[in-house]
Amino acid sequence: MHRIELKDGADLDGFRRALRGLVALGLEPGEVDWSGGAAPSLFGDAAPLPADAPPVSLPRAVGDLIGTVVCHRDPERYALLHRLVWRVVRGERDMLDHHADPLVHRLALLDKAVRRDLHKMHAFLRFNEVRDPANSESGGAERYVAWFEPDHFIVEATAPFFVERFESLVWTILTPVGSLHWDRRSLTIGPAAVKPEHLDRDDRFAEGWQRYYESTFNPARVNPTAMRAEMPRKYWANLPEAAAIPRMIRSAPARVQAMIEAEAAAPHRRNPDKAVAAMARQEPATLAELNRIILAADPLVPGARQAVLGEGPEGAAIAIVGEQPGDQEDVEGRPFVGPAGQLLTRALEEAGIERSTAYLTNAVKHFKFVARGKRRLHQSPTAGEVKHYRWWLMKELSFVRPRLVVTLGATAALALTGRSVPVLRERGPTGFGDWGGFVTVHPSYLLRLPAGEGVEQAYRDFVSDLRWARGMVESAG
Amino acid sequence: MDEALLDKLETLADAAKYDASCASSGAKRRTGGPDGIGSTTGAGICHAYTPDGRCVSLLKILLTNYCLFDCAYCINRRSSNVRRARFSVEEVVRLTLGFYKRNCIEGLFLSSGIIRSPDYTMEQLMLVARTLRRDHGFAGYIHLKTIPEASPWLIEQAGLWADRLSINLELSSDRSLKAFAPEKDGTSIKAVMGQVGERILEAKEEKRRFSPAGQSTQMIVGADASTDLSVLETSDTLYRRYGLRRVYYSAFSPIPEASSALPVKPPPLQRENRLYQADWLLRYYGFTVEEIAAGGEGGMLDLGIDPKLAWALKNRERFPVDVNSADREMLLRVPGLGARAVDRIVEARRHTTLRLEDVARLSSGLKRARAFLIAADHHPGGLTDRADLRQRLVAPPKQLSLF
Repeated sequence: MHRIELKDGADLDGFRRALRGLVALGLEPGEVDWSGGAAPSLFGDAAPLPADAPPVSLPRAVGDLIGTVVCHRDPERYALLHRLVWRVVRGERDMLDHHADPLVHRLALLDKAVRRDLHKMHAFLRFNEVRDPANSESGGAERYVAWFEPDHFIVEATAPFFVERFESLVWTILTPVGSLHWDRRSLTIGPAAVKPEHLDRDDRFAEGWQRYYESTFNPARVNPTAMRAEMPRKYWANLPEAAAIPRMIRSAPARVQAMIEAEAAAPHRRNPDKAVAAMARQEPATLAELNRIILAADPLVPGARQAVLGEGPEGAAIAIVGEQPGDQEDVEGRPFVGPAGQLLTRALEEAGIERSTAYLTNAVKHFKFVARGKRRLHQSPTAGEVKHYRWWLMKELSFVRPRLVVTLGATAALALTGRSVPVLRERGPTGFGDWGGFVTVHPSYLLRLPAGEGVEQAYRDFVSDLRWARGMVESAG
Repeated sequence: MDEALLDKLETLADAAKYDASCASSGAKRRTGGPDGIGSTTGAGICHAYTPDGRCVSLLKILLTNYCLFDCAYCINRRSSNVRRARFSVEEVVRLTLGFYKRNCIEGLFLSSGIIRSPDYTMEQLMLVARTLRRDHGFAGYIHLKTIPEASPWLIEQAGLWADRLSINLELSSDRSLKAFAPEKDGTSIKAVMGQVGERILEAKEEKRRFSPAGQSTQMIVGADASTDLSVLETSDTLYRRYGLRRVYYSAFSPIPEASSALPVKPPPLQRENRLYQADWLLRYYGFTVEEIAAGGEGGMLDLGIDPKLAWALKNRERFPVDVNSADREMLLRVPGLGARAVDRIVEARRHTTLRLEDVARLSSGLKRARAFLIAADHHPGGLTDRADLRQRLVAPPKQLSLF
């Protein structure tokens, strides 16, 4: 009989090592005594296990199960796991799918108990802030200490959760089976501890939590059985809020009775008619108000430095809608100041439109880009983003009241029509609901064309589109 | 934290507790890293339970309980004499971080009475979320109540910072809404649900962040005359048309300063419980609203037994089913077998022929299931069709509430 001695608690490494040796020697579960205890020599009367046995290849689910089950308090846990591994290495690779198998069932119960214990520790552990001016390690900063009593050997297993969640804090977790200390850089695993006294003495938030807990309870729904199913009594000692539970339950029926018996109170005599009526007038009433909202809002896709507002007089006869601000617009906070904007300004002039008399804006108000080194490369807005900004654009145009809206490129046409528009095929006059409309290309399209004769022609077409648009406004006016 | 803030906390927690939702699940895994604070785990954690059996997962408070609306069922309606208070944005941020660092909560569930205007109110809620995320690197869970009357752009801004948005329908029919919540409008509530649902889908496709844990709603049960059938029909529509993640049912509870327009009596907790069970059957067990309703009488669910057993008792010709050969859909309809048990049965029976004791290891509901199941060593015989089967399966009815 091989007697294997492992460390107290969850000795995952020791178990793995022993397992390798046992598998290498082909020892059956019946030949191994996992009870540990006071054996004078490590392996009793049998030959020692080979120290350099190769790792045992196990399905991932089995490895995960071993990881949790070794944390259980059940003294039989190692023997049960050994029986499982024995069967797996002898061919039953999908052993864990045999949910009805008595061994698998028993292990599943252990696994579940440990998982529940982990979950309850994540849930019911409470940190208390301790102010310790003498402690130089935390630099006088916040420091948190918790005491918890888990059922199983799970202290190390909970560490990743707490480190991940409270990485920026200095904290210590004390339990009867071990302790953890995190100093914002590294984790120290320490010995068992005893319960510290008066942990929450100076912590006002602990009192706040107590009062929150009592206030969030609805006495008309009192159901202590449901509470105890999820938060059994054994946890109450370390939950400060639980001290109030008996009182809360005792007083509940009387509180409800009082509510039921109380005549419906006379309503408040104040009837704020004016405020209620004013509530309906919440939409921005002027372009300036709308612009304040747009400036305060965050870009849908993070990155842009600022929102770029429309520019030009309210009441302008022509409104020109582009796609979205580019790199330079984002820096300067004005529309159409980059290369495409300069091209537009030139084309407008040639078409006989004074730029300052038109209203220029974009369908999307924030620059969207990918960073490539120092360069910020423009990215087109998605249909969803265009829709998000559409509400503002329509509101904006309703304040400007142009006679004609000229859309530059596909994004602007999408924003005005709500559908995707093939710009080259549909360029020319159209209608956008209440406004006269005109679809043409975006000047950046001209900039992207490969050099050659086509460029000049495309530019002339663009200018003639703008001239046509001007004509529409003048003939209508 | 000074005494004045503690008082406000008490008032504004009390004012928020009638909202049943407290889930902190569905968010993508995320951590605040060395400069931020917090994490989300996907499944959510209940950090405490109050003696009403409900989970405390999020700091559930109102920004203010001053309100211009006058909804009869609500403790905070403007004509109520309840004590009023208002937090500043900074105060909510401080409380959230303080409780979070003590591991009391998974995050914040913030709602508010309507002050000044729906837009102003929604903006304040959004500012709390934005401050937590942007100025404090808060990676915990944030659930914001959406004010349906607020402008669309504000709701979209809220979606940038929140894990979940919700809009409470409160009453399942437009008629009841008109009668009890004069400032609310069922059509605009649904329009906003539609907007939010559409945005969530879009953002997912375009890989943008927008309310990644979806949207949910709540309906009050027992305040108006709506039947269970009409409540479930509404839920079904919400799930299918607006892609809601969860519908919560809240038994109408007596409140201090109650309105004379509504019944003041103990909340119908058993009815609420049956609605949740029915809701589960809708979402995970392949039942239709009609099938569930047929298990009861006159559009109301049977309060004495759960809706799955009620359906099975009225459809006994479909039983018993063989645990070793029946398809998953039919196993899901066996009283006592949950979805997890069914999955394990389907997996286990590939390897072995299941006997009754095997099923006992796979499911804790065998006591009820055995009358409807055939196993290798078990046949219920005439049990399935016995007239007193219901009595045999159900312990004498016990009211959930204590009085």
